[in-house]
Amino acid sequence: MHPDQKATYDKLSRNIALTVITVSIAPLILVGGLIFDQMRSIYREKVYSHLAEVVDKHKDTVDSFLQEKLNEVHYLGRAYSYEQLTDPVFLQETLRGIQQQFGRIFVDIGVIDENGRQIAYAGPYALLGADYSAAEWYRQSRNQEAVISDVILGLRQSPHFFITINNDTGGKKWTLRVTIDFLAFSHLVENIRIGETGSAYILNNQGVFQTKPLESYEHLTLSPVSSIPLPELSDVSIGIASGSDGEDYLEVASPLNNGNWRLVYLQRVSDAFSAMTRAETVTLLIFLVGGIAIVVTAIVISRQLVVRFKIIDRESELMSKQMVETGKLAAIGELAAGIAHEINNPVAIMIEEAGWVADIMEDEGKGLASSSEIDRALQQVATQGRRCKDITHKLLSFARQTDSRVTNVVLPALIREVVDISMQPARYGQVDFDLTLEEAMPPVRASVTELHQVFLNLVNNAIQAMETEGGGTLSISCRENNGVAEVVVADDGPGIPAANLNRVFDPFFTTKPVGKGSGLGLSICFGIIHQMGGEIDVESGVGQGTRFNIRLPYPAPVEQANAKELHHD
Amino acid sequence: MTNATILIVDDEMGFVETMAKRLQKRNMTVYKAYDGDAALSQLEEHKDVQVVILDMKMPGKDGLAVLQDIKEAHPLVEVIMLTGHATVPTAVEGMQHGAFDYLMKPCSFDNLNEKILEAVALKNEHETEAVEERVGNIAGRMG
Repeated sequence: MHPDQKATYDKLSRNIALTVITVSIAPLILVGGLIFDQMRSIYREKVYSHLAEVVDKHKDTVDSFLQEKLNEVHYLGRAYSYEQLTDPVFLQETLRGIQQQFGRIFVDIGVIDENGRQIAYAGPYALLGADYSAAEWYRQSRNQEAVISDVILGLRQSPHFFITINNDTGGKKWTLRVTIDFLAFSHLVENIRIGETGSAYILNNQGVFQTKPLESYEHLTLSPVSSIPLPELSDVSIGIASGSDGEDYLEVASPLNNGNWRLVYLQRVSDAFSAMTRAETVTLLIFLVGGIAIVVTAIVISRQLVVRFKIIDRESELMSKQMVETGKLAAIGELAAGIAHEINNPVAIMIEEAGWVADIMEDEGKGLASSSEIDRALQQVATQGRRCKDITHKLLSFARQTDSRVTNVVLPALIREVVDISMQPARYGQVDFDLTLEEAMPPVRASVTELHQVFLNLVNNAIQAMETEGGGTLSISCRENNGVAEVVVADDGPGIPAANLNRVFDPFFTTKPVGKGSGLGLSICFGIIHQMGGEIDVESGVGQGTRFNIRLPYPAPVEQANAKELHHD
Repeated sequence: MTNATILIVDDEMGFVETMAKRLQKRNMTVYKAYDGDAALSQLEEHKDVQVVILDMKMPGKDGLAVLQDIKEAHPLVEVIMLTGHATVPTAVEGMQHGAFDYLMKPCSFDNLNEKILEAVALKNEHETEAVEERVGNIAGRMG
């Protein structure tokens, strides 16, 4: 194929593929992207609001827990006098009482005088007489009525915090201190666990942990990146922070304990959105697979289309070549007809002149010495004139314009005509004819020109086939059989290999070298015979010769009678 | 009395001349014309023409038109057409317009001779019929 043409086909294929891909994938991406984006923001909002709600609820729980404890301690301070509380036995009773009432959340109770000395104590530790005057919590709590301390290790060297109430009995200041079990408190917060990395803890204003955080969070430092506004739950804030371990964290915080503490919920962003990420991954995978399928389909379809185009183009190219060929033949035919016609007149005159001389000789030339010689010459002129006439008539019948008018055709005569025309090539190919023609068979209704073409094609094919083997016999027979005209054209040439046998009638099938045969001859025969309602088939095998059987139908009796009548007119 | 009275119409002079000589030699009266108009005027002049041998392909008025004119003006005159192979359909048309027969050029002289005699016979027959009819008519009027 011409390289330019190949490039054109390639470009066509590319364009089709690109168009199909663009048209199918663009809306996919647009719609997909939109849904993706929407899903993302909706899911985010859901996660944020869920977390905010969880934190808010827990903040409320913790706050109310603290408030409750505070109230309980308040009650103690109010219900009992300084004297009662400083009585160790009473204090012990009281501790047991509140522990029975509220559980072992209250660890111990102590009373501290204005100098910071613990003057009464009930609890598991030996803290009676401990001096808290220098303790940070004590100093800070001095000026306030009630204080919930930060968590400290303190003297007992285990994390704890306490509620202190400052009282004033007759100008004498004293402080009631109740220690809260850290583990029980911590438990309130620790059970907020979401996903793999989500957990909560409490910080004081200095950023010191008030509850035990997840181990991995203990040494994590966070630098806020952005905060997400939440319209409702205004005291809950959500921010995204990048942690020192390189991960992004979602930080949900809410103030606690009148702003002294903060409840913080921390979760890796990747963990918080893991469900979304999974959904996204699956969706992307589907998009990817779909996209690949579209691309592959587009490419395959465009290739197939272009292959079809190529075949159609090649067929039409051959077709137009054939048309040109036909046109050329027609032109040659016309030329031949013109020449034959013009030659007819002089030949006619020559024959007449010879005849005239013969007439004269008959009357007056008897005495001439060379009369017999003149007679012979005249005879020769007449004979050769007739030969010229035969030649011009043959030329004219070759040139007869394609005429698809249906007439009554007498098959034996038509076959003889074809054989006459093919006599010359047959002689060169050393092919003998063997005709078995049933002269009495009724005529068929057909176009003479088309039948000529059919038999010429078959005869020429046979001659060409036998030529290669140095000759042979071409047998043609025709007969009427059960209302069908049967014509058999058989040669004893090389035959057709089985592989080619059922392709010989295909258009453009040829075994001849490129440029020699169009591959149309037998397909035209096939077309003509079938158009007439007849059948043509072939029997052959390598070395067995080739036999074409043609069956042509006779028209219905009435029609034929009419036709005959018409013909007679 | 000649065997036949003939008018040959063809633009090929050589053909007409020779043909005329040969036919005259066979005791026929032959008139010649080289185109359609001449043929018609010859027919006007010589009422005794029985058969016209008419070429189909002529410059000017073609054979078919001449045939129609002849058949109109002289319905009893028989016409034998001379035609080339390529003009067979014309010949068929000519037959439909009342030509006696057609011959393919170049034709054999013997064949032509036969056809002429047949045509003359047919013409005589027609004339006899016509005369009889006329006689019958006259007899009818008288009776």
